[in-house]
Amino acid sequence: MNGTPSTSNPSVNPGQVPGAIHKDPDMVIFGFWVFMMSDLIFFGVVFAIYITMIGATAGGPGPRELFDFGSLFAQTMLLLTSSLTVGIATVTMKHQRSQASFLFWVVVTLILGLGFLTLELYDFSQMAAQGGVPQRSGYLSAFFGLVPLHGLHVSFGCLWMLVLIVQICKVGMLDIIKLRFLRLALFWHFLDLIWIGIFSVVYFGGWVYG
Amino acid sequence: MANKSGYAAHLRTYLTGYVLSVVLTIAAFWAVLAVGRENKSVLILVGLLGVAQLAVQLKCFLNVTTQKEGRDNLALVLFSTLILLIIVVGTAWIMGNLAVRMHTTM
Repeated sequence: MNGTPSTSNPSVNPGQVPGAIHKDPDMVIFGFWVFMMSDLIFFGVVFAIYITMIGATAGGPGPRELFDFGSLFAQTMLLLTSSLTVGIATVTMKHQRSQASFLFWVVVTLILGLGFLTLELYDFSQMAAQGGVPQRSGYLSAFFGLVPLHGLHVSFGCLWMLVLIVQICKVGMLDIIKLRFLRLALFWHFLDLIWIGIFSVVYFGGWVYG
Repeated sequence: MANKSGYAAHLRTYLTGYVLSVVLTIAAFWAVLAVGRENKSVLILVGLLGVAQLAVQLKCFLNVTTQKEGRDNLALVLFSTLILLIIVVGTAWIMGNLAVRMHTTM
């Protein structure tokens, strides 16, 4: 893709920008799937490290002392609901509803994403207050290698959403921006899939076996 | 992008996926909090609920289907899942076996 629409191409007529999309949109989406699956393998390796590290607490605090399931449930619901709202935004876009309603759902998704990150950071600070810091044990290193990695992905998803909102406000719903949004929606749904693995394996698995 | 079904139908797909995911999530949390402390086999149930939720979200949110136009995506997802399972299960198997033979706790 060729970055933001160039200044020599200031048309705000959606779908009429010559040369804005060089590639077949289906291929662009498929390419993004390939990226997501490689990211999945990356997460898989870090999950594998975590599984081998369960119990390696070296006398430090473990899952039973550190995990807060109330906060975990709230985070899960925030991320799941944001996955729904980004889906609603996709449907709004595909059926050419108003730009305002589309932007509304994107902003709701962004707020839910930021809420998720706030709770997660609060959780980490609570863990640190109880001595649960990455350098304390192999178990905690593995934990802080995996869960914040997902949080980092969510942060970049939020940044991506912000950039798209600015672009839409400046140039409107060009086809190239629609295609960018479709990839963002895929990415966001994918992050919720990873989160299912995190609460099942990291939190529940760690808590039951730790 | 496919435009054959209407706005309401598309919306309903997402809402169905959401409601099913919420139910499956609550079931997993309830199972662990109710019996997780005594019974380690609760993780089998958590695993099944997790796989069910993955399937629901892949179908309703990510549009992965067995229909002809989605075959490329399906093949990609299935192959990646195979690699993922080899990495994760293989690592857990080898390192778990090592821990048992070395008499370290894991």
